Amino acid sequence: MAIMQSFQRIYAILLKEFLQLSRDRITFGMVVMIPLIQLLLFGYAINTDVRHLPVALVDYSNSSISRNMVAVIEASQIAKITRRETTIQQAEAALNNGLVKAIVVIPKDVEKRLQDGMVASQVIIDGSDTMTSSLIARIGSIPRQIIQGYSNVAGNKLFEVSFFYNPEKRTAVNIIPALAGIILTMTLIMFTAIALVREREHGNMELLITTPVLSIEIMIGKIIPYIIAGLVQVTIILTLGYFIFDVPINGSVVQIFFATLLFIAASLTLGLIISTAAVTQMQAMQMTVFVLLPSILLSGFMFPFEGMPKPFQWLAEVLPATHYMRLMRGIVLRGSEVAYMLKDAISLLLFSILGMLLAAYRFKKTLD
Amino acid sequence: MNDLAIKAKGVTHKFGDFTAVDQVDLSIPKQKIYGFLGPNGSGKSTMMRMLTGLLSITAGSIEVLGMQLPKDAEALRLRIGYMTQKFSLYDDLTIYENLNFMAKIYNIPKNNIHKRIQSQLNTYALDRCYKQLAGSLSGGQRQRLALAAATLHQPELLFLDEPTSAVDPENRRNFWETLFDLCDQGTTILVSTHYMDEAERCHALAILEAGKKRADGSPKQLMTDMSAHTIEIDGSNLREISKKLGLLPDVLSVAQQGAYLRVLVSNKIKNVEQWLQQQQPELLRGRNINVVRPSLEDVFVYSTKEGRQ
Ligand SMILES: Nc1ncnc2c1ncn2[C@@H]1O[C@H](COP(=O)(O)OP(=O)(O)O)[C@@H](O)[C@H]1O
Ligand SMILES: [Mg+2]
Repeated sequence: MAIMQSFQRIYAILLKEFLQLSRDRITFGMVVMIPLIQLLLFGYAINTDVRHLPVALVDYSNSSISRNMVAVIEASQIAKITRRETTIQQAEAALNNGLVKAIVVIPKDVEKRLQDGMVASQVIIDGSDTMTSSLIARIGSIPRQIIQGYSNVAGNKLFEVSFFYNPEKRTAVNIIPALAGIILTMTLIMFTAIALVREREHGNMELLITTPVLSIEIMIGKIIPYIIAGLVQVTIILTLGYFIFDVPINGSVVQIFFATLLFIAASLTLGLIISTAAVTQMQAMQMTVFVLLPSILLSGFMFPFEGMPKPFQWLAEVLPATHYMRLMRGIVLRGSEVAYMLKDAISLLLFSILGMLLAAYRFKKTLD
Repeated sequence: MNDLAIKAKGVTHKFGDFTAVDQVDLSIPKQKIYGFLGPNGSGKSTMMRMLTGLLSITAGSIEVLGMQLPKDAEALRLRIGYMTQKFSLYDDLTIYENLNFMAKIYNIPKNNIHKRIQSQLNTYALDRCYKQLAGSLSGGQRQRLALAAATLHQPELLFLDEPTSAVDPENRRNFWETLFDLCDQGTTILVSTHYMDEAERCHALAILEAGKKRADGSPKQLMTDMSAHTIEIDGSNLREISKKLGLLPDVLSVAQQGAYLRVLVSNKIKNVEQWLQQQQPELLRGRNINVVRPSLEDVFVYSTKEGRQ
């Protein structure tokens, strides 16, 4: 009976929230427009035409096998041999001057290396160009079995990839799943925080407090519409990513939504905590930015996580965005599952539970 | 038998170092309209918020409908209704949606909600505009909507914080008629105001000023008990008399009302007409000086005199 009453009250708040959301054109528009615009901005900024990247070839072997290997690279459409150099030094100069994005070096003894199962050849990539480097790096995943006559020979890589200048490879493919984390952080934390602070600022809370509704009911009722908003956003981001930026969706959609729900829960509780601290909507916004910046800078979205000093890594571990990015990159790009990344999933869950408790504790049903 | 709706003893609320309500005792009878009369900032809202369990009590004790605050605050919520000073329903919901929301919050059984809302819409003359957004309503409509929401769950005790401040006189009259209807049906009403005429309609009231209770009782009793003389002086050149009399320590207040000067004089003075003549013989010669019945405003001015000095 008490539970039914509680449900009725939560339902009342939820319904009200939807009505308000549907009439608040700006917020409603933001739910859709933020992922749309941000994705197009970031995506296009990163995603220039990335096929047939110019590559220099240094072929010391000049054999049928080396020609076969070159054909394989060109057939992948990733790269195109635009220069043939006789020495590595010449090729490096071309790389240095930005004439090519990578160098393919095929050694004299490539045939023997293939037979012995050794690394057959080397690809040196200009890592300073973050847009292209990780694309070329895909050459590294071409299996040696593709070379005629060696389909049965197991062994080391056909092409060993190494990076010049910037060891961290990233592309739109890498960015877009992570961008989902940033967009959700930005919109969800802000929307929840503001939705509650607005209620207090407009004096609605003064009335609500004198009714039988419990603070936890207010919070749950407030959160659910934004959970849905978050799922809509992720759908927009990944759909655009897939169709416009060729982000391969390797993992299952169920897994993506599962990870996203975990992250949404964490973001929303963060929004609730902010709402208990902020007095005005402006303050809520500022506090959101306060969370957003480290989420952008430390989560591995901007800079490689592994390259950060330890204290920053610890800080990053506290941010929900860090865990979500790992989950998303794992699921979307590597086809992994939440179950294989339990550490991140549990971190998000723990964050949500502790956050909810803190918010409910701080959200006193009094005005002072 | 407990015929008091509210018993408060030594109730104090501090915002930091600032004492907004200071040692107030209250005894508010059931099924009556009780008023808080006081200027802005006198602590009416703060007092009301403590009585509704919205604000903590710094010191003192409060018993509402036989329940202790803040211990029983949650249990009390179904039995009280509260109309905030600032409109606190949702501007972006319609009248009907707002009431529907509140009905659910109060767990009114699903089957009764529509009927109950209809009856409220009728009672508060909102049935023609129930589809209108609350944000687009006139002051009077908003006030009626707020009252309809506050009484939706038929509370025994109703708190109204300056309910008529944004309402024209006609609507105010009707509003008070509604209050008496509610009172007649058994509801206890606590209403705050800074209008004298409204305070005078209450069965009983407390005069608040600077967080302190300066006087309480029925309007009539307050007027009879006032320990000061009320005098009216007529004639011309009233501004000058006003200035001169205002300087006398035993003159508590001087205010012009049209063709008259209304003077409050301490009742330490006997024979007050004669005494006044003696103070300003030239100025007052030949004028009518009459002792009149005090009004509630006189009581108010008299009892808040202390704070203003
Ligand atoms: N949240 C608050 N923090 C600090 N001071 C407050 C707060 N609310 C009210 N006050 C102060 O307490 C006094 C009483 O305010 P209030 O109860 O609103 O008066 P009234 O309702 O009679 O106009 C005022 O001086 C006001 O400035
Ligand atoms: Mg007030």
